[in-house]
Amino acid sequence: MNWVWIGDNLGLIGGRILEHLALTAPPIVIGLVLSIPLGYAASRSRVARSILLSLGGILYTIPSIALLVLVPVILNLAILNPLNLVFALSIYAVAIMVRSAADAFASVPRDVVASAAATGFSGRQRFFEVELPLAIPVLLAGIRVVSVSTVSIASVGALIGIDQLGSFFTDAFQRSFLTEAIVGIVAILLLAALYDIVLSRIGRALMPWNRKQSAVMALPKVSTVPLGGSL
Amino acid sequence: MNLFAEAFRWIVDPSHWTGGPDISGHLLEHLSVSAYCVVIAVAIALPIGVMIGHTGKGRGAAILISNVARALPTLGLLSILILLFGIGLLPITIVLVILAIPPMLAGAYAGVESVDKQTVDAARALGMSELQIIFRVEIPLAAPLLIGGLRATALQVIATLAIASAFAFGGLGIYLIEGLATGDYVQLLAGAILITVLALIVDGALAVVQRFVVPRGVALGRTDPNGHQKRARAPRPRVLQEGMQS
Repeated sequence: MNWVWIGDNLGLIGGRILEHLALTAPPIVIGLVLSIPLGYAASRSRVARSILLSLGGILYTIPSIALLVLVPVILNLAILNPLNLVFALSIYAVAIMVRSAADAFASVPRDVVASAAATGFSGRQRFFEVELPLAIPVLLAGIRVVSVSTVSIASVGALIGIDQLGSFFTDAFQRSFLTEAIVGIVAILLLAALYDIVLSRIGRALMPWNRKQSAVMALPKVSTVPLGGSL
Repeated sequence: MNLFAEAFRWIVDPSHWTGGPDISGHLLEHLSVSAYCVVIAVAIALPIGVMIGHTGKGRGAAILISNVARALPTLGLLSILILLFGIGLLPITIVLVILAIPPMLAGAYAGVESVDKQTVDAARALGMSELQIIFRVEIPLAAPLLIGGLRATALQVIATLAIASAFAFGGLGIYLIEGLATGDYVQLLAGAILITVLALIVDGALAVVQRFVVPRGVALGRTDPNGHQKRARAPRPRVLQEGMQS
């Protein structure tokens, strides 16, 4: 480790951390916002579910470096435009989050929704005041996964020349300078941890009813269909 | 969109399929290196994952490993190992195996863990040994999730290998890297299409396998003769779909 280099380049490191933040925050937000209506639709209809989840699966299958090259051609953007990276990361975020959101809405107990309807909640009230809040634990678990992978995958953008923390890796390789690569990895891991902490704090603030439990503990078991346990 | 037509013409151009380092050669290289890395990763992760699922011990460690692996940037890992070991297949193999283990591990333990505990107890009551339970009850019932883990592992390896082309590895990613370096957008796009198609074909093939490995008893349970709602469902690979490959 060359500590002198780190000391001399704190400005560069800080700048790239900010670039990395600017490139990864929008896709995470977009992934969450778009997945809520899509996931809700998928939880309502079997057809919508199979179409949306298969589409998500296919998009998720595309290797990142290929997607980063396909996006500018499809959007007709210059290859160095940072929007390409934001768009590609958003595609992945939505592809993963749709499944989480579908599971999240499916995890809301039917009885609770029916009670809300019976006490006179309109459709819109039911969604915003009952279903969405109760879907938060599973949504939160999904967006935490998305944030961590988005932060790590954004680094591939360095290969097509979009500057962020990943640029430390390509620079390190070209200059045979290990310190730079280690700085990049450590910064990415710290950033991923930061996102995770911030998101779970936000989640806890939004779920005052189970503040004692961690978000993971609160995750309801979605796929527990009893295999014939009727007595 | 015109660029797409040109890229397809580039791909089907016979001169790119014959002689020297051509598409078929790079494809073969990509597939063979992927295959042996997947084999190594499965050989390590499958037994460990099955044991974690069977005993319930070490689950926390497995979750931690897969979370950290998700945060590890492929490009960073590749650059560090190549700087440490020099350009060659060894550092690439190490990185691929490191990144391929967590999805297989997750598939294996989630699969075995998803097996109904009453079923396992029933097998035990019938006098099956623990090994028999693992091989004749848990693994067959977990098979769809195990193949799900294999799918995630294979995708991870294929995608990471495409990135390895930036570090003097051949493979299909080479067209992308060369195209970027020379500003040849047709070749660049052709490379992206080739890698995407490869990933989709491998994933699709494993998806078909996943359907076939559902044990007959479970498949039968899906259609209730009394016309009641479907009760027995093969577990969906929820855990595995989370996270992205590089």
